[in-house]
Amino acid sequence: MASADSDTQPTEAIPHAVKIIVAGGFGAGKTTLVSSVSEIAPLSTEELMTEASYGVDDLGGVEEKTTTTVALDFGRITIGTDIVLYLFGTPGQDRFWFMWEELAAGALGAVVLADTRRLDTCFHAVDFFERKGVPFIVAVNRFEGSTEYSAEEVREALDVPEGVPVVAADARDRKSSKEVLVELVTHVLRSRQAAMSG
Amino acid sequence: MTAPRYRRPEGPWEGGREGQETGGGTSVGVVGGSTAGPLVRPYTMTKGRTRPTGQGGRLDLITLVVAVSEGEEEGREPEHGAILRLCRRPVSVAEISARLDIPLTVVRVLLSDLLAEGDLRTRAAPPVTELPEKKVLQAVLDGIRRL
Repeated sequence: MASADSDTQPTEAIPHAVKIIVAGGFGAGKTTLVSSVSEIAPLSTEELMTEASYGVDDLGGVEEKTTTTVALDFGRITIGTDIVLYLFGTPGQDRFWFMWEELAAGALGAVVLADTRRLDTCFHAVDFFERKGVPFIVAVNRFEGSTEYSAEEVREALDVPEGVPVVAADARDRKSSKEVLVELVTHVLRSRQAAMSG
Repeated sequence: MTAPRYRRPEGPWEGGREGQETGGGTSVGVVGGSTAGPLVRPYTMTKGRTRPTGQGGRLDLITLVVAVSEGEEEGREPEHGAILRLCRRPVSVAEISARLDIPLTVVRVLLSDLLAEGDLRTRAAPPVTELPEKKVLQAVLDGIRRL
């Protein structure tokens, strides 16, 4: 990325930022997975959800309006000097669907973390990414005391289409979490190639 | 026996969270007096504006912004100054929000001010709907493998 000429100081190139979504039900281990691979302690950002704040000039009356904050946890992995990867956990509560739209826009892909004790909590996520055309994989997080289900059983229970990888994972383990991400990006590249060739 | 309605001492903009560096020892989250309720306070930083303008409208969660130069801080709003200090290196919108403990909506408005002033620049980003290129995906894959 050499520029032909520069002024007194070279303009620092701004890296390319990409994001991966980590979805799943409340307590499925999303933030655990993010912190296992992130180079920074996961950060939390808040979005305000205000029912009636637009166009309000007079702040005096705003106290009566309801504002809810939606927390988004995320981590970062610097991929060389020109690419930064962000990992965003989805908000745990279903009523914050509007945030999913923003998260999904331009996302490289998504990991749906499944908790076999509460598989129903990730139906929404599988459905959402399918509908949005966001490539995703399912990672079955191991929990103490959970019955071991095979990937095929989980695939069937969640009605995950053939071609979407379902892998076992331990979100607490860095190596395992890293493998989940490798699986996802490989899957994204593969689907991209398939789309290109017809 | 009614609970106080507008008291939320643990609120995110009541002075920053423990362990978070807000820079300069000042908490940018605290603005104005204590008369306004915590629900109002975030938008006092933006003088009531809830929508970014101009280039700010294209700010995604992961849009990276960087300060154009050191610049003087005199006459600036404290939040603007805090953002510029944080952006000496390229930083994402989400990180600015998290590190300064300012809600995303508010950060977007503040960033749009700074972009309009020419104090910040952002990568000429493709539309958010555009998917990452194959070479970027390959680089990401290689990068994750190296972890």
